[in-house]
Amino acid sequence: MTSTFDRIADIIADVCNIERDQIKPDAHVIKDLGIDSLDFLDVTFAIDKAFAIKMPIEKWTQEVNEGKTPPETYFVMKNLCARIDELVAAKTSA
Amino acid sequence: MRIEYFQLITRIDALDLEAGTLEALGQVPLTSTIFEGHFPGYPIMPGVLLIESMAQACGHLILATLKYEVMPFLIEVRNAKMRSFVQPGAALQVSARIEHVGSGYVVAHARIAHEGKKVTEAEIRFRTMPFPSDAMRDVMLDLVESLGLPRPQLKGGSAP
Repeated sequence: MTSTFDRIADIIADVCNIERDQIKPDAHVIKDLGIDSLDFLDVTFAIDKAFAIKMPIEKWTQEVNEGKTPPETYFVMKNLCARIDELVAAKTSA
Repeated sequence: MRIEYFQLITRIDALDLEAGTLEALGQVPLTSTIFEGHFPGYPIMPGVLLIESMAQACGHLILATLKYEVMPFLIEVRNAKMRSFVQPGAALQVSARIEHVGSGYVVAHARIAHEGKKVTEAEIRFRTMPFPSDAMRDVMLDLVESLGLPRPQLKGGSAP
């Protein structure tokens, strides 16, 4: 079964035209991969569709902007994948 | 349709929030300074204005769907196709459908038909943000009412 990381890395590579090999678990999607806000929105839509979830980007961004949560919590690949796994699990158990 | 004022929807004919669809009329005027330049002696509706017409139809649908709490701003147009020319005086049927409401964004599809024939279509994406001001929200509410929908009753009761 394909891992969450592989699925998301494939999406990012496809949507943002980034070499798949560059996308590592410790990569920051903005600082390291250079994904801008518009491309990240496209990635979000692709992830929402692929995982049948609604990534709470507004809430995450607000938390980061208010200093309540470090950006790495949401925007480093391995952590992003963990957040998505949590969203999928929450949806499944609901 | 008031092209010079960028009001490209003439009337909203149907709004179905459950289905996530909107049908509207875009009545292209017979005369406009735009037709004097596009093109001299051969007036046709610019493709970018057809896209804007679809974006505005989607915008009204998104506003209603999200209860006029946020404003949609155009950020992306995909797979836009212009299938035939639109001439002055054409009555355009503009259709919009929401595909996905995400966190801070909406993906919609729209198409325009003229006399039953598909003229143009596109996937259009919007970022949704709080209204820059109450005044702007009031402008949108006035516009919606002028297009034939009942004035929305907003949560908090600030609108009418």
